[in-house]
Amino acid sequence: MGDVIRLATPLTEEAARSLKAGDIVLITGTIYTGRDAAHKRLVETLERGEELPVELKNQIIYYVGPTPAKPGQAVGSAGPTTSGRMDAYSPRLLDYGLRGMIGKGYRSPEVVEAMKRNGCVYFAATGGAAALIAKSIKAYEVVAYPDLLSEAIAKLTVEDFPAIVVIDSEGRNFYEEGQKQYRQL
Amino acid sequence: MRNLDAAQITDAVARLCIEANYYLADDIFHALKAGVVREESPLGKEILQQLVDNACIAKNEDLPLCQDTGMAVVFVELGQDVHITGGDLNEAINKGIARGYTEGYLRKSVLTDPLFSRKNTGDNTPGVIHISIVPGEKCKITVAPKGFGSENMSAVKMMPPSAGVEGLKKFVVDTVANAGSNPCPPVVVGVGVGGTFEMAALLAKKALLRPITERNPHPEYAKLETELLELINKTGVGPQGLGGRITALAVNVNYYPMHIAGLACAVNINCHATRHAEIEL
Repeated sequence: MGDVIRLATPLTEEAARSLKAGDIVLITGTIYTGRDAAHKRLVETLERGEELPVELKNQIIYYVGPTPAKPGQAVGSAGPTTSGRMDAYSPRLLDYGLRGMIGKGYRSPEVVEAMKRNGCVYFAATGGAAALIAKSIKAYEVVAYPDLLSEAIAKLTVEDFPAIVVIDSEGRNFYEEGQKQYRQL
Repeated sequence: MRNLDAAQITDAVARLCIEANYYLADDIFHALKAGVVREESPLGKEILQQLVDNACIAKNEDLPLCQDTGMAVVFVELGQDVHITGGDLNEAINKGIARGYTEGYLRKSVLTDPLFSRKNTGDNTPGVIHISIVPGEKCKITVAPKGFGSENMSAVKMMPPSAGVEGLKKFVVDTVANAGSNPCPPVVVGVGVGGTFEMAALLAKKALLRPITERNPHPEYAKLETELLELINKTGVGPQGLGGRITALAVNVNYYPMHIAGLACAVNINCHATRHAEIEL
């Protein structure tokens, strides 16, 4: 494992392009939540030529639908959901200016092309480590689509949020590289 | 004949929904800890350690292990000499799910219909309820909340009998390998062989309830489980799909007699947590 890289948001294109597949990062600042239902609305808003309810340029979206917070908690358990469900919408948002995505699992070639085109990065957080990840989330505030409940868009304040660069802005894919190294079949 | 109050069933289901979502089973916890030592990939080791730490935080602070607290799958083995009083059994179970998911601060992920309104029911009901009548006067309830990262990667295949053991192995290994990082490996794999289309799926689901340290009592199926695990762990998928030796913690196979013309096979993938909790009333 390499050194840990500390990242602050918003993430510039230059900072995103400096990250390489396999890098381990700790993210501090503001990130936004969003899942399928919210993505659908965001893309429909852009298609209509209207303004997004949150400014996503140079921002990172975390694919998560947390559990309800218990009294005294900023947020409930909050691990990543499967990113592939967002593939239909991500290229449009990346072309718009979204800089990073955090989730788990593979992405479509269309998403990777849009990442290369725009200088973006895809991070993986550990799926199933939701109680652990929640420790790095200091505040949770719903900022759009409250009717979507756990799927609403929320602004998260994070400190040292742990993630791994799995696909970098050149399209290098750490899932493929890592698995190839250990495949014995 | 023994009377059993429906309210007792509701209480039990509510408690089991919370327990299953907060507390990782001992067999899984030990397998993850052993995995930290056994995994060869440094990143894989780090991920397994995160999952161990996650289980400790969830247990010590009474928190859900995962934000996807699942759709509640409930198995009831109802003794034929039990008489349920004071309410409808299915209703009592769903009341328990609603209470458990609300009082336990669990995420409500169930929609009224899959295609059109896709409106959240608000209390995670209905559950998926399987009731079987057994001898005796006890009532055993198992709650197995199922997350959809792993459920989405599961598959059923109706193979020709000529496919045989090799065909089955290929189908199981391919299903897990193609799932890759999506079901949050290391996974636990439930395999159902035999019966009919729906029976194979149910066998696979039930296989996930068996402790991962316990092999099928039939020696040939026990050997198959071990061989499948070895093959799956050669795919290189590894923890979280980032590469490594530990892709699955266990493979549990259940079988049932089968029609001469078929070889039904279902693969139900579970994430590492393989949540389930049970009680006998």
